[in-house]
Amino acid sequence: MSLLELHGVTRSVRLPDDRILEILRGIDLTVDAGEHVSIVGRSGTGKSTLLNILGLLDTPTAGDFLLDGVPIGRLSGRVRARRRGADFGFVFQQFNLLQARTALENVAAPLLYAQGKQFWARKRLAAEMLERVGLGDRLDTMPEKLSGGEQQRVAIARALVRGPRVILADEPTGALDVDTGGEVMDLLDTIAQENGSALIAITHDLAVASRAKRHFRLAEGVLTPIAIGARSAGSLDGLGSRVEHVPDGEDHQAEHVAVTLGAVASASSAAAEPVGAPRPGTGVDGLFGDSVVAS
Amino acid sequence: MTGFFGALAEAWDELRVHKLRVLLALIGVAVAVCAITTITAAGDMLRQVSAEANERWSGRPATLSVSAYPTGQEIPGVEEYVAAYEDITARYEVEYSSMVMWSETTFRFPGGTMPTQTNAVSADWATMHRFVVDGGRWFTESDADNLSPALVVNQAFLDALGQRIEDHPTITIGGENPVEATVIGSYANTWPGEPPAAYMLVESKLRWSTPESLMNTGPPSLELWVPTDTVDALTDAVRRDLSGAIAGAQVDVSRMDSPDMNMIDGATKWVILGVSAVALLLGGLGLVNIALVTVRYRIREIGIRRSFGASSGRVFFSVLMESVVATVVAGVVGVSLAIVILHNVPLDTMMGSPVQDRPGFPVSAAVTGMVAAVSVGALAGLIPALVAVRVKVIDAIRY
Repeated sequence: MSLLELHGVTRSVRLPDDRILEILRGIDLTVDAGEHVSIVGRSGTGKSTLLNILGLLDTPTAGDFLLDGVPIGRLSGRVRARRRGADFGFVFQQFNLLQARTALENVAAPLLYAQGKQFWARKRLAAEMLERVGLGDRLDTMPEKLSGGEQQRVAIARALVRGPRVILADEPTGALDVDTGGEVMDLLDTIAQENGSALIAITHDLAVASRAKRHFRLAEGVLTPIAIGARSAGSLDGLGSRVEHVPDGEDHQAEHVAVTLGAVASASSAAAEPVGAPRPGTGVDGLFGDSVVAS
Repeated sequence: MTGFFGALAEAWDELRVHKLRVLLALIGVAVAVCAITTITAAGDMLRQVSAEANERWSGRPATLSVSAYPTGQEIPGVEEYVAAYEDITARYEVEYSSMVMWSETTFRFPGGTMPTQTNAVSADWATMHRFVVDGGRWFTESDADNLSPALVVNQAFLDALGQRIEDHPTITIGGENPVEATVIGSYANTWPGEPPAAYMLVESKLRWSTPESLMNTGPPSLELWVPTDTVDALTDAVRRDLSGAIAGAQVDVSRMDSPDMNMIDGATKWVILGVSAVALLLGGLGLVNIALVTVRYRIREIGIRRSFGASSGRVFFSVLMESVVATVVAGVVGVSLAIVILHNVPLDTMMGSPVQDRPGFPVSAAVTGMVAAVSVGALAGLIPALVAVRVKVIDAIRY
């Protein structure tokens, strides 16, 4: 039994003119405990909606979402909220720190919704978590006095302070420079691994995506497993990235898309050949273009 | 349980962060609560002032007035009345009682002899009527043994005498048995321009008055301060006994104090309620206004808290609690302020006259103030809480 299972999940909304817009269509996804998964996609393709569904902030219009094998549709709003607080940690692109609260208070905030010891020892637990992310000396600092990287570290500490089983990161490095983004992802990876938390990252950043064990592309509401064969540094933008479907691997039941990174990419270059990892900050817009060829 | 404390901690945290908002909310509500509490407490004071004023005139609850008027040709002597009254007082173990004889006594003032209203009473009378002296003292039982009758006089009497109470003035009571009386106490004039008046002990009156003059003043009456639950039974018993003791007299036993004093309280209560409601309304409206505006500014924060696991119920309760905690703080401030005001402002004097039994700060007023504070907080927090619950989490996070 997997930690999270999505089967044929659809999310649609009714537009003002009464048309139905399908944001997500037939999403199938399985995430096991401790797994690192990345989802890439253009803006407006439904990435955040998917993340909200995964984080129990939203519910599917159709399809099944199982948490620990239990359909979330069976859970009451109160139970979903409790599970969300206990099992999920959110890291947002804009950090979303609570203003006018110190770093310590921000990290302690999720523990206000915890039970028993976690609630009563929230200040101590928050301080320990800030220590873990290297901000032990900034406990009483207000968010606006912290750099972007530090703010995101506070956000990571906050996401992890309740020991969630799943970390949902929505463009975690989107507001950071390349080097800081790399450091933040290192930290997120490390702590998630130490905690045994699954990490689902939604990103534009190929470097961030490439850290995951499994990768998916979300385009027009459809989630497709892909393999990112990272070979060279640089942006994919305008490089004519070539993406090929590869035979279904042992990991996934769905078709694979191999993305070959490199300055030279042509239809004749055939099968993907993984090369060196890209630098953080590498764009992946090329992944979503017409050059993606399904086999 | 943790959830409740969590919501409290959250609400307190929110208030701590938004100090200015709290302060603004505090001012309005604290003033309202202070007004409510003060008015409620002042109402108690007013009741006490009214009660004491009533008791000065009519005696404390329950005071029985006993009188016996001769109906036949044969008029009983004063000694007969005194004996009958003493017998009744002893038989029913009445702790406080007083004989009363109103008469005019001729005093020889420096400016000339002047008939003066004199009330002959027993020493207990002052307790029964909450009578207090301004200077000197009231009678004691031993004053009855003095050969010089003791007097407690009003200020007009002293003025006519041209002396102060500290001078231990004396004055001659004229008539067939002139005697030098000693002024032992004085009290303020009951109303402006009041003529000289005096109290003396019944025993002194009886000793220094001739039987003829005593009969001219009319028979003495008796006042009995008795427990309210026995008043009806005692009324009948005293009437029966006295009718037997003084032959041929028409005995009248009636209650002097006013058991219907609550008539005043009804009107006072409505005034208090009206003023309180207006004060609360103003405080509550201010709070609603401030809370609504701040919730609008906190939509993103509410979304973030939902991601922490806050259910819609918890968000509702937390936002509601913010107002309630704020108003509880305001309530404590308001009640404290009211206590300080009532402790330092002589409300009783402002309302009429100083009270003997100053009521302590009424717990009911404090409770009323706090209940009002919590209620207005809950009502004021209701609308912002509903707004907060309607926040769409996803939009809020991306706000």
